[in-house]
Parts: sequence; structure tokens; C-alpha cells
Amino acid sequence: MKVGNLFLSLLAPISAIIFSLAVGALVLLIVGIDPIDAFGQMVTFSADSTSLASSINKAVPLYVSAVAVAIGFQMNMFNIGVEGQYLIAAMFAGWVGTNVVLWGPLHITAIILTAVVVGAIWAGIAGALKVTRGVNEVISTIMLNFIAFSVIAYLLANRFAVESTSLNLSTGKLPESGLLPDLNFLITMFGFAEPRGIAIPGFLVIAVLLGIGYYVLVWRTRFGFDLRISGMNPGSARMSGVNPKKMIFYTMLISGGVAGLVGLSTLVGKLGAYTQDFPRGIGFAGIAVALLGRNHPIGMALGALLFGVMDRAALVLKLEGIPEEIVVIIQGVIVLAVVVAYEIFGRIIARREVRAAADALENLDTGAGVTA
Amino acid sequence: MTADLHEPMVEAKNGSFKWSRWGRFLAIFVVAMIALSAIQEVAGTTQLTSSGTWGAALRLTVPILLAGLGGLYSERAGVVNIGLEGMMIAGTWFGAWAGWQYGPWWGVVLGVVGGAGFGLIHAIATVTFGVDQIVSGVAINLLAAGAMRFLSVVTYTIGTGGGATQSPRIQDFIQTFDVPLLSPFLQSIEDKSWFFFSDIAGILGGFTTTVSWLTVIGLLAVPVSSWLLWRTAWGLRLRSVGENPWAAESLGVPVLRMKYWGVLISGGLAGLGGAYLVLVQAGIYREGQTGGRGFIGLGALIFGNWIPAGVLAGAGLFGYADALRLRQATAVHALLLLIAVGLVAFALWKVYKKSYGSAGSMAVFAILFFLWWLTTDEVPTEVVTATPYIATLLVLSLASQRLRMPAADGIPYRKGESH
Amino acid sequence: MTENDRAVELVDITKTFPGVIANDNVNLSVGLAEIHAIVGENGAGKSTLMNMLYGMIVPDSGEIRVRGEVEHFRSPKDAIDHGIGMVHQHFMLADNFTVLENIVLGFEPRSGLTIDFKEAREKIIDLGSRYGMTIDPNTLVEHLSVGQRQRVEILKVLFRGASILILDEPTAVLVPQEVDELFANLKVLRDNGVTLIFISHKLDEVLSVADSITVMRGGKTVANVLPSDVDAGQLAELMVGSELPVPETTDSTVTDTVALRVEGITHRSPDGRTLLDDVSLSIHNGEIVGIAGVEGNGQSELIDALMGVIRPDAGSVELDGTDISQDSTMKRHELGLGIIPEDRHRQGLLLNAPLWENVMLGHQSQPPFVKGPFIDMKGAKSATEAVVDRFDVKTPNINVPALALSGGNQQKLIVGKEMMANPNVLIAAHPTRGIDVGAQAAIWDELRDARRAGLAVLLISADLDELIGLSDTLLVIFDGKIVASLNPAEVTPEILGSYMTGVGQEVAS
Repeated sequence: MKVGNLFLSLLAPISAIIFSLAVGALVLLIVGIDPIDAFGQMVTFSADSTSLASSINKAVPLYVSAVAVAIGFQMNMFNIGVEGQYLIAAMFAGWVGTNVVLWGPLHITAIILTAVVVGAIWAGIAGALKVTRGVNEVISTIMLNFIAFSVIAYLLANRFAVESTSLNLSTGKLPESGLLPDLNFLITMFGFAEPRGIAIPGFLVIAVLLGIGYYVLVWRTRFGFDLRISGMNPGSARMSGVNPKKMIFYTMLISGGVAGLVGLSTLVGKLGAYTQDFPRGIGFAGIAVALLGRNHPIGMALGALLFGVMDRAALVLKLEGIPEEIVVIIQGVIVLAVVVAYEIFGRIIARREVRAAADALENLDTGAGVTA
Repeated sequence: MTADLHEPMVEAKNGSFKWSRWGRFLAIFVVAMIALSAIQEVAGTTQLTSSGTWGAALRLTVPILLAGLGGLYSERAGVVNIGLEGMMIAGTWFGAWAGWQYGPWWGVVLGVVGGAGFGLIHAIATVTFGVDQIVSGVAINLLAAGAMRFLSVVTYTIGTGGGATQSPRIQDFIQTFDVPLLSPFLQSIEDKSWFFFSDIAGILGGFTTTVSWLTVIGLLAVPVSSWLLWRTAWGLRLRSVGENPWAAESLGVPVLRMKYWGVLISGGLAGLGGAYLVLVQAGIYREGQTGGRGFIGLGALIFGNWIPAGVLAGAGLFGYADALRLRQATAVHALLLLIAVGLVAFALWKVYKKSYGSAGSMAVFAILFFLWWLTTDEVPTEVVTATPYIATLLVLSLASQRLRMPAADGIPYRKGESH
Repeated sequence: MTENDRAVELVDITKTFPGVIANDNVNLSVGLAEIHAIVGENGAGKSTLMNMLYGMIVPDSGEIRVRGEVEHFRSPKDAIDHGIGMVHQHFMLADNFTVLENIVLGFEPRSGLTIDFKEAREKIIDLGSRYGMTIDPNTLVEHLSVGQRQRVEILKVLFRGASILILDEPTAVLVPQEVDELFANLKVLRDNGVTLIFISHKLDEVLSVADSITVMRGGKTVANVLPSDVDAGQLAELMVGSELPVPETTDSTVTDTVALRVEGITHRSPDGRTLLDDVSLSIHNGEIVGIAGVEGNGQSELIDALMGVIRPDAGSVELDGTDISQDSTMKRHELGLGIIPEDRHRQGLLLNAPLWENVMLGHQSQPPFVKGPFIDMKGAKSATEAVVDRFDVKTPNINVPALALSGGNQQKLIVGKEMMANPNVLIAAHPTRGIDVGAQAAIWDELRDARRAGLAVLLISADLDELIGLSDTLLVIFDGKIVASLNPAEVTPEILGSYMTGVGQEVAS
């Protein structure tokens, strides 16, 4: 029975992905493009070391973003503000990185800490508003996203920018000590070619550690227990001695702190500065990845990788004259399909569990009937 | 007519309008206008009351209003709709495409249909499948943005003058009109630069000069919505589904169908708002044109306490601030003084009500705004851009006990499973 | 029986839910213009049966006949169209709507395109005065009392012109005086030709008001009797197959040591209403102090204040001589304050979590459940095994989610985990609400045993027999105030009821 349920839970995301690909294929067919050909191109294109490095490059921030969202989900809170939190955190981190000069490892640590703190503060506003004024965090984080965009626009234009070219505002370039080395040896040591123009980001290590830390915190500590039960049933959690306000606030702080890390893979990796065209949308995509991976550290890693590969593979479509936005459409459908699938399969699993328990009881003592 | 919607019965029972209430309303209006005129004199601008500003404010208000009303129908039926932005995006694209192909009024129709199409997706996901409403909203925003870009690439790239991020220019606008006699008369008064009278003329002039028919339709949506939701059986049923769907179900109200209505109308109105942006304001579709107006509409909905007239007030406020920013950046600066004076008035009111604590904090804020006005010459445009969002947060955190959102808003409902 | 005088006939109705047969070949026949009671203990399938008659649930098999005609109801709308109305146990009202809006919903009189508010108002007032249920149609429902809400529910049904009225446990939320009022209303309705189907498990009530009684047990109809032919004991035997367990304690075990002392607790809601008004009480070791009161008179707030879930505006709580007023809820658990929450689904369980995580609830700061900041899964699981064994919780294993257990077993799990922690004081709120008699008897036994062993218990319940039977001292709470302290040996439910409605004379000593 255990195995059956695991199979069912895996069936949900897989069927959602297949469904979404089918929708994508249908859309392509409607506009007169051969979907088999398009998807085939994508697969062939993805299978080299440059594409792998590029996919991982895209997957790492997505993963971090998903973890940030998942922490909120664990206690039924929706941090929709990861987007604003990571952007504002990355900008401050970039600014601190260029203006504070420290010895090697300390320098990068300072950059990372800045990002964590700024992200936590920005999310903490939503947490504080919820705890003290009862403001729903969905609304407040949406609003804080836009406020963050305004703050970034203002500070970048008026305070932080050094290279004020008319096209792109940017903080200063980080010095060498503010960057993480790449991890290309992970590929080359197996005899594959060195990726061109892109590298496996050093931040991958931090992302992996983050995943492990997330698992231990949520499922192995008392804090994680308190967190999860607050999400499952706030009333029971409260009666059991968990202070819901404290948990809400801490959760927002942790979620925001992790969100602050989202942009760092890019900041201390290939870009080396916070620019006006710093990658956006990762906060929202992270929600999709968290849902796809069911808040599980490994599930989310697979989900992030899938999205990373899709993003990378989309590039080939452009070369072929196929609108690459088909990938965004597929990703959008995945979000909806996966939630529907989990809902349906979850209900089946729950029903099976209840029935199994009832059957087991029946066998236990055949005398007494089960009451409704 | 809309202010008393909370208790329509009371008004109907009394039968006649209370003149004292209207008298008081008029008095407040006159005092406020005099204060506004005086502030303009002090700040050295005429833009706070110019017909140009108010005309622009009106045009900027309508899309926010339509998004907000869209949110109203959905949330009154118990479905949170943060996909308004995406539905609005669909409205801009379809509005532009049909406007370009078949003329502006077809743009309006297709804009509504496009928005409602994404409304349908939201309804299927949340109402039929019980997907978390926030998740579905986020997905719709992602999906709509991607899908519209996809459509642009497919339709606009080959020799149309458009591209992946914008449509070709639309030749015809929606027709506009000046109110005969009134418009030129008000214009002449405004030109006289009389204290107070020219200011009133400017404001009214903004409402009566080069008004688009689509603006009229947008504004009419407010009383029509009030009437529909609070006077008709359909409206009562729609609202009942947002307050207590299980009660509604037990009385034979088709809960799922009502929710579908709410979400579809929501998408349609947001789509209309999108079409308005294209067909009245810009004359072209551009990627990112909505600029978060769907979310501002959500803010207006909260600001307006889930009541049509309130949504109008919220949308008007945000539209006005935006208009000032576009018309004259320095005029926004004068707004600081206006806010300070407004806060002082509010503080005095609180003192009169013997609520000294809030009076004190109001006074402190008034002083802060006054100092801000005194020590700066300009307000960064980013602050103005962020105003709707900050205002929404402030309303939620300071006046939340006065807000009354539908009791079952956001709560998933499944047939036959009472809570 | 002739076809003509039957209002409702249910023939061989069967309905199964996952793992449960809720109704098993049920038969029911209700005559026109009679008050027909359906009795049975919790889980006997009464509500399921009525929900099918009202179209909310569709039966798997069987036949529904209304006034002799076979009907297939797919939704309440169908039932309403056939003149059937239902008053649900949990009121189905929109708080933010007026009485009028709630009543006309789904059956709106129109004038042109709009609702004819004038006609609706007149009709409601007319109905109200005809059946003695006056109420202002313009009031918001959120401002109404429980009794008034029930009246709105009944008016709702009458407004639709229903001639068959189902009432699901209508007396559960009412005090004895309100019950009398309700019954008077019901009799007026019957005399006006309305058929009433009345669900209950309170046998005295049933015998006093019903014209005919159907008894259900374990999803089956086991008997159809006339009230004149049976007494309460026989009815009980039909209902549970044996005598009903009686909540009774033997001689007093009250000691001199005060275990819990509450002094002058006052608490106001954010909008200034007084929820608790200078509440003082003390419980000795070996004593059960019962608190009677209509729900919503401050019981929940009192529990919350004792547990530290809310911080009262004034007053103190002392546990075994130590002031715990400033301690957190967790700390109070650690100090030996146990709690059986009033709503086990909302406050006592994690329905989707395995049993062993449920047993951790409230004890997650102490061994054997944790080691330092980490969860001790092994310790937690063996503790759970112990609870399941010792308190006879019927479950296949301790990894099933709590929702797989029956209500009685869920409650036994909660009682068990609290007892295993060896509390000094136990707050037991509605410990036997909504569970089968077997579990009820087991929990009563536990409480009695623990009392003998010196446990101090604060018993809060809506079941007056339970309160009178178990308590050593009985307090009545009304409007946030302790208004009476009574001797359970001398008090009757009627006297208790008068205090609970604020009519009583005696003031707490």
C-alpha cells in the first residue's frame, strides 16, 4: 500500500507535465508548427555541456526561490513577494559588495548576509503587518513587490548606479573576492567539453546546502514541527502551545531571507553586478516549482531543473523561427495542471487510506461496525 | 444612491432622502474646494484643479475602476482573483488586435471576450477543480503574459508595423464628445483664473470635455453593478455564494454556476479595462502596458471595501495621483501639502470625537508631510508610482476593522461538503 | 397504512461512504401533519438519511416517496420544490446578510427585474406573527442570538411554503426554556397541517413532543414506536442495544489541596464587549468542577485564558500554588495543565497527520517526543503505542492519519495522550460530544478514575446530565460571569436552565 501511494504521488506531476506538453503541442499545431519537430529540436539542443551548464544556471535561482516559497507553504502562508524580496536584496548586496572591501571569503560572506538580511526585512514587513494588524500576506506581499520595484528604480537611478549609460543602469562590478568560482570541473572531470560562454555556478553548492538545511529544519526539528502544525491546523497548534504570531513572523523572516539568496547566483556569478535588466520573474516561477515539487527538497530540485532545461531549450526555437513563448505557456499550464492533479490524486490516496484503516479495523475485531 | 448599499432596507423604509445628509455633504465639499484652491495658491500651481488634470485623471481612473469592479464580482462570489492583471493583459492584446482588424468597437468586444476567456480558465481551475485561488491567479498572470507575447509573435511580426512586443497602430479611436454648452462655458470660467470658481469649473470641465464613450460606459458600470448586486435576485444569490455558499446550496442556489458568473464577469470587466488602455489611451498595444493596474484594481477593491462606489473612490484617488504625475511633476509636490491639511482636518474631527490617540498620530503624520513639503522641491516619480500600493497597505493596516470582505472569500467550496 | 396519509416514505434506502455504510436498507414512514422523531446515537445515520430526503446527498439505492409519489431529488432545489424544508444543526445563515435577505434567498419575490423587498417584508412579518416567531427582517443576522437564528431558519423554510419540515438536532444549541418555546412553535405548526421530522438523541424531549418515533442504530432502522408505548429506558435500549451509560460519580474524593485557583479574570473583546467578567473559581485535587452555560457565554474564552492562549485584561491563574498568569501555553503544558479541547477537529487534532504526530501535540517540548531541538521519532512512536494500547484506541497502526479514526477513537486518543502526561489539572471541554456511547462510557470511566487518583478537573459541557452526574460542584456561566454555584446532587436541568438564561436568582457565593 505504501508503494502504491508513492507511485500515485509521482503519477500526479508526471501526468501534469504530459498534459501541459500536449497543450503546448496543440497550440503549436493551431498556428501551423509541427510540435514533434519543435520538441525534437529542444531535446537535441539540450543535450550538450553548454546547455547543461546553462540549465543549471537557470535552475539554481529557481530552486532557491522555490524553497523560499515552500517555507511559507509549510504553514499555509503564501509569500508571493519573493519577486520583490530577491530583487531588492540583490541590489543592496551588489551595492554593499562594491562599496565594502573585505578579505576574500569575508567579502562574499558579507554580500550573502546583506542579501539575506534585506530579503528578510522586506518579507518581515509583511510578517509584521500580518501579526500586528492582521493584513493578509498575499495582498501585502503583492503590494510590497511593486513598492520594491519603485524603491529599486529610485535608488538605482539616484544613489547606487555607477555606470550610468543611457541604456542600462548598474551598480559597480564586484571585485574578484566578491564572486564565487565556477564548478565546471563537475563536467570536465567526466570527460565532457568545457561549457562555452557560461559556467556551472559556484552558488550550486549553497543551493544544495540550503535544500538539506530546509529538510532538516522542517521535518526533523521541533521548530519545523511547530511550523508544519501551524499550517495544518492553526487552532490545534495554538492550543498545543505554539504561538502563531511568532511562527508567522519567523516564517516570513526565514522565507524572505532565503528569497534574498535567489538573485545571488547571478550576482556573484556571471553578471557580477546588479543591473537594470537583472533577471526578473524568478519569484513567480519559484511558486510554480514549489508546487510542482510539492514542497519537497528533492521534488523541487527536479522541478527547477525541468524549468531550467525548458528555458534553455526555448532558445533553439527562436533560431528556428518558432515563438519561444510556447515554453512560458507550457510552464503556466503545468502550474494549474499539477495542482489539479495533486488534488485529484491526493483525494484518491486519502480515500484509500481511510478505507485501508477501516478494513484493517474490520479484521481487527469483526464484531463492532464502524460508525460514520 | 450607492453609499447606503450596506443597508438598502433602511433607505427604502424611510422613503425620502435625508436633506440634512446632503447639506452636510455639500458643506464638506465647499470647504474642501476652498482649501484646495488656497493650497494651489500657496504651492503656486494650477494643475491640482485644471481641466487637463481632471480629464487625464478620469481616463486613468477608468481602467483601474474596471479592474476593481472585476475583482468585486469575483470576490463577492467568494473567489479571490489576483489573475486580474493577466486578464487585463489579454484585454489589451485582443482589444488591439480586433481594433486593428475590425475597428475600435470590435476591439472593445474582443477585449471583453479575451479577459473573460482567462476568467473561464480561473473559474474552471478554482471552482470546478478546487485549485487554490491564489495559485491559479499567479498561473493566469504567467500564462496570459506568455500567451499574448506568443500571439504577438505569430500575428504582428510579418510586415504589419508591429512586433513581438507591440501591435501596429490602431487607426480609429473610440469616439469622444464635449458636453454641449457646458464644456465651453466651464472652459471660459476656468480661463478667468477666479479663485474657487475657476477651480470648480476646471474639475467639471475635465469631466465634460473630450469624454470618450467608453469612459461613460466604464462609469456607468458602477451604478449598474450596485443595482445588479444589491437589488436583483441574481445579485443576492451571487453575494450569498461569497458569504456562505453552504447556506446558499441548502436553499437550492446553484453555487457553482453563480461562482462561474462572478469570475467570468470579473474577467470580462478586467478585459474591458485592458481594451480601454489600448483604445482610449494609447492607440496601440504594448507589452507591459497594464503596468500592474490589475493589482491596483485589487487595491481599489480593498480600499473601497468591496462596494462599487468605494471601488470608484479608490480608483479615482489612484487615477488622480497618476494624472498629476504625468501632467506636472511639481504639482505632485503640492499634493503633500494637501495631504497634510487633510490629515489636520481629520485630526480635528478625531478630537471632536474624543479619540485623542488617533488624533495625535494623525497630527504627527500631518507635521511629517508638511515638513516633507517644506524641505523638498519635488517628489520622486517613483513615490507616486508606488502610491496605490502604499495606500492599500495603509488602508489594510490602519482601517482593517472597518473593512468587511465577503465572509467566504477565498475559501474553497465543494458541493455537498459543509464546513 | 393508506398512501394518502403518508407525507414521506423512504423505502430500502442505502448509502455508503468510503469505508462506512451510513444507511443500510433504511425504511421510514411519516404521516401527514405529525411530529415524527428519529432517534439514534451519534453516527447512527440520521443526518445522512435526512440529507438524502432534502436532496443534498443522493442515495445509492432505494426509493423516496413524497405524498405517495416517487421522487428523485438531485439537489435541495428539487426537495424545496416539493415542499420540503430543512433546518440544519449548524445554521446555514450568512452573517452579513439581513434576516430578510437570508429568508428570501433562492425564493425571491420579484417586481419587474428587482426583488420585491416590500412584499417579502410583509410576508415575513405575517408568518412570524402567525406562528409566534416575530423578528425584525432588517436586522443583520450577526446580531442575533442562537434562538433567534433558529427562528430565522424555520421562517426560511415556511417562507417557501414548505409543508414538510426537517429539523436536525434543533435542541442541541438551546437551553431548556428555549426548547419549550420551540416545541410550542412546532405544535402550532403541526396543528396548521405541517409535517415535522425531528432528529434527536435526547429521549425525554422526544417522548414529550413526538407523535411517532423511528429508532436508528448503526445505519439501520430498528424500530418504529409510539411514545405512549415506550419509556425512556426502553427507547435507550432500542437505540444502543443496551442501557445507556450513566454519568455518575460515587462518594466524594475532594481533598483540601487547591490545584487550580482562578482569581478575578476579566477579558474584553477588541471592540470592547466584556467576554469574561470577574471570573473566580478554585478546584481541589480529586474534584470535578462543572461549568454549565449556553454556548458563547464565555466558556471558550475561559479555556483560552486558562491555557494562556489569550491574555486576559485582569486576573490571575494559579496552578498548584504557583502563579502561571504570565506563562506561555507551552509552559502551562509543561507544568501539568492538561486540555481536552472543545472542538477536537479545530483544536485537538491534525487530521491529515499520523497518530504519533497527533500525540505529540501539546507535549512537543518534552521528552520522549524531542531531544534538544530535534524530534525524537522513536520516542514519540513508542509513546503513541502506549496511548493506543492503554486507552483502547481502535486503529490499525499509529501511522494512519487521524481522519481515519472514528470520532470516538479520536477523542479517546486525545484523552489518552493528556492522561499519559500525568496532568495535575485537566480542563475537559465537551469530552464526550458527538461520539458513540461506548467511547462515551470509556471516557467517563477515565475521568472518574483520574478523579479518584487525585486529579482536579474542570468540566465544561453542554450535556446537562453529564455535568450533573460527574461534577462535585456546579457553576453556571452567563454572559461571561459566574452567576451561580450549585450542588449537583440537588439541582435539576430545569433549575440549571433558568440560571443559564440569566433568569436565576441566586448569585455565586
